[in-house]
Amino acid sequence: MRITEISVGAFLLAGIIALLVLALNVSGLNLSNAEGTYTVYARFENIGGLTARSKVTMSGVQIGRVSNIELDEKMLMARVEMQIFNSVDYLTTDSSAMILTAGLLGEKYIGVSVGAEDDVLKDGDYIRDTQSALVLEDLVGKFLLNKASE
Amino acid sequence: MKPFEDVIIDIQGLSFARSGRPIFRDVNIQIPRGKITAIMGPSGTGKTTLLKLIGGQLKPAKGSIVMDGQNIPRLGRRELFEIRERMGMLFQSGALFTDMSVYENVAFPLRVHTDLPEQMIRDIVLMKLNAVGLRGAKDLMPSELSGGMARRVALARAIALDPDLVMYDEPFTGQDPIAMGVLVNLIRRLNEALGHTSIIVSHDIQETLGIADYIYLIADGEVVAQGTPQELKEVDSAKVKQFMQGLPDGPVPFHFPAAEYVDELMQEARS
Amino acid sequence: MNQLAQLGRGALGKLAAFGRSGIILGHVLVAKPQPRTMLPLLLQQIYFVGVLSLIIIVVSGLFIGMVLGLQGYTILVDYGSEQAVGQMVALSLVRELAPVVTALLFAGRAGSALTAEIGLMKATEQLSSLEMIGVDPLRRIIAPRFWAGFYCLPVLAAIFSVVGVYGGALVGVDWLGIYEGSFWANMQHSVDFFDDVLNGLFKAVVFGFVVTWIAVFQGYDCIPTSEGISQATTRTVVLSSLAVLALDFVLTALMFGDF
Ligand SMILES: Nc1ncnc2c1ncn2[C@@H]1O[C@H](COP(=O)(O)OP(=O)(O)O)[C@@H](O)[C@H]1O
Ligand SMILES: [Mg+2]
Repeated sequence: MRITEISVGAFLLAGIIALLVLALNVSGLNLSNAEGTYTVYARFENIGGLTARSKVTMSGVQIGRVSNIELDEKMLMARVEMQIFNSVDYLTTDSSAMILTAGLLGEKYIGVSVGAEDDVLKDGDYIRDTQSALVLEDLVGKFLLNKASE
Repeated sequence: MKPFEDVIIDIQGLSFARSGRPIFRDVNIQIPRGKITAIMGPSGTGKTTLLKLIGGQLKPAKGSIVMDGQNIPRLGRRELFEIRERMGMLFQSGALFTDMSVYENVAFPLRVHTDLPEQMIRDIVLMKLNAVGLRGAKDLMPSELSGGMARRVALARAIALDPDLVMYDEPFTGQDPIAMGVLVNLIRRLNEALGHTSIIVSHDIQETLGIADYIYLIADGEVVAQGTPQELKEVDSAKVKQFMQGLPDGPVPFHFPAAEYVDELMQEARS
Repeated sequence: MNQLAQLGRGALGKLAAFGRSGIILGHVLVAKPQPRTMLPLLLQQIYFVGVLSLIIIVVSGLFIGMVLGLQGYTILVDYGSEQAVGQMVALSLVRELAPVVTALLFAGRAGSALTAEIGLMKATEQLSSLEMIGVDPLRRIIAPRFWAGFYCLPVLAAIFSVVGVYGGALVGVDWLGIYEGSFWANMQHSVDFFDDVLNGLFKAVVFGFVVTWIAVFQGYDCIPTSEGISQATTRTVVLSSLAVLALDFVLTALMFGDF
């Protein structure tokens, strides 16, 4: 009986540790995500596969997450809502956002690079300078047009 | 039919069918309180089924089974489990819980139905095991017991809660002559000492005649004869005689109901 | 005409069995928990169903992770992207292989044992005997076994994933020389805790539910003879494997499909 109880306890503990390892080591879930965030928006012509919870990075380091994507009905563009960590308080108002792909066909994420202005983005501000996702069909289309006009 | 002064179980108009085959047709049986009643009949007539009907594990198609004013087939799940606390059943195979020791098997009904302190449970268990002569085997597991010992342990378990009614399903089959004698005595003595009612299902004629106060003989889904052992020996019916004397030929068919053998063979040949 | 009638009878029989399994499930789910008697029984069953399955799960997880690492490397090295091995190993394990393979092994190891055990209890009249003692076998025998299976499968699947990932790392990083930093960074970048890890474990929860349901029902409903028990045991393994694979497709389509 005693042995049973101890081994069942160890078994359940192993399960919890496994879950923690999956969270921290395998999926890289950052517990410091619990720190506060502020909201920044950006409009893109085409988000091409970006989804909520995609990462927002600067120089490859994660600085936030996409929290929502919706269609801006007036401007007929995609409006992306991002949560940026509070510690990243140096995004200038002329920062630019670009939708990038991890690897050749990997998942989409947003890369942000900082501009030269002195003012920084505050909660609810927009990043004006955006560059949409590369969509393979568009590229092929452009290429064919160029060929045709030659 | 002789009316009993005090009836513990009163079965009226019982009908029951299994897979469309009638097992009982309009059967009436009364079990007198405090006595040993035997239910006899060829194997396959539904003796085990009758015990399961009394225990409420099967529901009859028609008829009533009344135990002290409560109609068992009509009881809800809760009431059924309550009334079963007053019954002990010794299954054909013993049916000990294989993952518990002999001691725990006998203690089991006490643990689930009473809040007795461990010391009391221990006393009762040892007393019951002593009654069946197996106090020394209390630490063995069921797999270490012989068939006869297992049945005696099961008997100790069946009487652990001092039930009003104990049902024995073929207690004598597969026992060596000595164990048989022990068991016959045991059932008799327990019945007298503890004052409960016993129902014995059996087809061992000699043992049963020696122990029973009253006997029902069933065959073909009906009660074909009943009475005290003495009365039954004197009944002048071919069916009863055949059974009591163990003759292969007679009105009770050796064969399971079937189409005429010749017809069946012809049919096969034709197709 | 006769065959048609037979077909109809067969279908009705299946439907009735499904109904009986639903009734059993209902009894188990609504049974009022009695912590004092239930907890020791549950512990005992978690021991049988979970702890004793650990070895087969760890060994299989390790080898499957190592094979994934090896195969992934030989494919990806042609495209010069062998650092993506970590991502491939982790995603295939966490999303698919851990829940599915664990459930299949579980059905073979624990499910069949559950069916055989309950079937044998039925054949030796232990279940009837419980009923006659006034104890509901659905509560005493079936419920703890059901819940134990339900709890154990996600735990086993999580352990399977972790062991598999480290098996992949062993082959990829230690033997084939993928740069350790990019192996893990790539994996962490592409594996999402909610979308991948929790969805994978949710699959394991569903599989645990279905496999143990099938196993305890087959045992409880079996024909109480030796052939009956062996047939029921076979049915448990076959039915639960099919159910796991079919459900896996449905769940994957719901979770990861874009519709
Ligand atoms: N689970 C069952 N399903 C269908 N028929 C059964 C079942 N159990 C017993 N029977 C049938 O019921 C009849 C009576 O069985 P039983 O009560 O065990 O007989 P006995 O105990 O008198 O030998 C037998 O003919 C048997 O074929
Ligand atoms: Mg019988």
